[in-house]
Amino acid sequence: MNNQTPASAYDMAATEEAEQTATFALLVDNEPGVLHRVVGLFAARGYNIESLTVAETDRKAHTSRITVVTRGTRHVLDQIEAQLNKVVNVRRVHDVTRDPNGVERELALVKVRGQGVDRVEALRIAEIFRAKPVDTTLESFVFEISGAPSKIDKFLDLMRPLGLVELSRTGVLSIERGVEGM
Amino acid sequence: MTAHQTIESKAPPQTDDRTMTGAEIVVRGLVDQGVEVLFGYPGGAVLPIYDALFHEPRLQHILVRHEQGATHAAEGYARSSGKPGVVLVTSGPGATNAITGIMDALMDSIPMVVITGQVPTHLIGTDAFQEADTVGMTRSCTKHNYLVKDVRDLPQIIHEAFKIATTGRPGPVLIDIPKDVQFAKGEYRGPGEVASTHAYAPRTKGDQNRIAEAARMIAQARRPIFYTGGGIINAGPKASQSLREFAALTGAPVTSTLMGLGAFPAADPAWLGMLGMHGTFEANNAMHDCDVMVCIGARFDDRVTGRLDAFSPGSKKIHIDIDASSINKNVRVDLPIIGDAGSVLDDLIAAWKAGGHEANKAALTDWWAQIDAWRARRCLAYRPSETVIKPQYAIERLYELTKGKDVYITTEVGQHQMWAAQFFRFEEPNRWMTSGGAGTMGYGLPAALGVQLAHPGSLVVDIAGEASIQMCIQELSTAIQFDLPVKIFILNNEWMGMVRQWQQLLHGERYSHSYSDSLPDFVKLAEAYGAHGIRCDDPAQLDAKILEMINSDKPVIFDCRVEKTENCLPMIPSGKAHNEMIMGDVEDIGNVIDAAGRGLV
Ligand SMILES: Cc1ncc(C[n+]2csc(CCOP(=O)(O)OP(=O)(O)O)c2C)c(N)n1
Ligand SMILES: [Mg+2]
Repeated sequence: MNNQTPASAYDMAATEEAEQTATFALLVDNEPGVLHRVVGLFAARGYNIESLTVAETDRKAHTSRITVVTRGTRHVLDQIEAQLNKVVNVRRVHDVTRDPNGVERELALVKVRGQGVDRVEALRIAEIFRAKPVDTTLESFVFEISGAPSKIDKFLDLMRPLGLVELSRTGVLSIERGVEGM
Repeated sequence: MTAHQTIESKAPPQTDDRTMTGAEIVVRGLVDQGVEVLFGYPGGAVLPIYDALFHEPRLQHILVRHEQGATHAAEGYARSSGKPGVVLVTSGPGATNAITGIMDALMDSIPMVVITGQVPTHLIGTDAFQEADTVGMTRSCTKHNYLVKDVRDLPQIIHEAFKIATTGRPGPVLIDIPKDVQFAKGEYRGPGEVASTHAYAPRTKGDQNRIAEAARMIAQARRPIFYTGGGIINAGPKASQSLREFAALTGAPVTSTLMGLGAFPAADPAWLGMLGMHGTFEANNAMHDCDVMVCIGARFDDRVTGRLDAFSPGSKKIHIDIDASSINKNVRVDLPIIGDAGSVLDDLIAAWKAGGHEANKAALTDWWAQIDAWRARRCLAYRPSETVIKPQYAIERLYELTKGKDVYITTEVGQHQMWAAQFFRFEEPNRWMTSGGAGTMGYGLPAALGVQLAHPGSLVVDIAGEASIQMCIQELSTAIQFDLPVKIFILNNEWMGMVRQWQQLLHGERYSHSYSDSLPDFVKLAEAYGAHGIRCDDPAQLDAKILEMINSDKPVIFDCRVEKTENCLPMIPSGKAHNEMIMGDVEDIGNVIDAAGRGLV
């Protein structure tokens, strides 16, 4: 790619550091426009959003929780965290990926179409993954599966040759193990 | 004064009744926040607030001629006084016209509160007349913004807006108020009576262990340098005093960004001049060769660092900043300290004394000898002329003839701005107002009006270019209306000089659309507005004419005809390091920058 050393701030992206995935949990004020502030920050600074979930979590305290999965070098991820902390409506930012007590879960609905041995195989694998059939026709299943995002990826890899036709994922949710709240 | 303003204002109703309209809440809130001046322009969606202003003698409203002017005037007011600048404009085009100045204030961390009118709540989203999604459009160019949907939220939002604008890293905060909310009645609450719902709480006190470590590092340094920025100005005049005290204790040289000029006195022997793209040879070389860099309230901007991988390669870097996101953004530092520049400097002084530190005198002697060798290069020298006015000479004379006077300088953007930064010498903070981060042509004249309002008896000069000044020239009318005798000192080179210089350096001397054609007669233009016009093209007459400008009690346009194709040097070309500057005596300027450098801005 670029074998020259960076010549200015404009070449920062060309630095050779490895990219990694990070999950940030944000506690935000539950107000109109807050999601836009967060998403807009990513868009304006050229950061990637790989998944995003939002919902109100405490009506009385007026808070929502946003979980955002992003990719970047360690340096970029630190910058994202610092920028998120600057948004007035963001009350707390937690880097779940770096927290050994962080738990990440996702839910997916997976439609698989097939007949004969493929259909039997799909059902058998679903059992191994504890995926629950929530709809069945004579030639299809809809499975509900939850777990770590990597587990869902694995499941999808196995379903693809068996007739995966449609997929809907919630995006990552996260929480910290232990007694303390965010 | 116009007839309108001489109409006797009625005193505000002094009753205990705290129930009032949203518009009255706004006005009362501004008064309680200590606002004395606001810059604005009326329109349908803010008329209730204008109505409330009519009865409020404690607020002076400055009617600008374009909303961009209001924002820059507020910036000049804020930057020169330390108080927040306040802007009031209408919805739609009023708000969009203000956006350039709002972005400018964000880039340069200027405290500003902008109040915009909005169409009534029930019309939002219907493409109503003069409706614009103001909060949507300004989200990325404000520190924070609000759409007020309920008059009951208004008192808290107003007070909170001032808090957010003025604390932490300062910046612009916008409040968008629909017209029905301005009419609705609600209960007023004062600054002490509202509770913030946000978690906003900037950290101002630095980590004491890190401060002690910083003091140790600076004491052990053999080639230390202070690289200071606008954060010190924002931290208040006391921070500049502390910088002077700490620099003296350490014996280290001091350089500054464009935004930080004046925090450290130019007359001090430890002053190296500005650093960066058009900084001095000694400042940039000292930055490159230092072993401990103390960055205070600056942000390693690309105009300052030049080529990043060659930026001060051998130094340990201490970075003091109130904004955690400035740390490690462009340049990795060894010791970050998050806090207010003034507070951390005071703690550093205390830590230095408590630790019994002493500067390394022998090492510093060598360091200063090296610096003196760089100084001997006389990087700002230029070829003088007896027939044409050199732009550098014009600034030098302006400086000499205003020296010792109570003077404030604003600038437009271009070569003249850089020459002003190089040749005008500042001894005190808050005396220098320029558009740094955004580089907004048109900033200087309205900013000068804001400065003059904050400092009525002082001399305020906008050092301008003939192209930039035309971007907000309409504000001369504001100057006349409000008796603001600002001086517009145009270095008229008939070119967008900075663009021409880049085209010469980078684009094979193809001067595409950078000639300032069809210029107005600036003297007649001044007279048309009711100001005083002066023209000078003779170096021998320059002093007398500058004195004529200073002694005029009117606003003045000074059309100073200067050398047309002078380049602003020295310069770190894009893609080069601090120790690879082009100097004033370069032979072939068109070939200094390589292909990679041409791609950069
Ligand atoms: C609003 C805006 N538009 C364009 C530019 C790009 N620009 C930077 S300097 C400059 C030329 C300024 O010319 P002039 O005011 O005559 O100043 P000089 O460089 O000749 O001193 C231009 C066009 C800018 N900084 N701001
Ligand atoms: Mg010019």
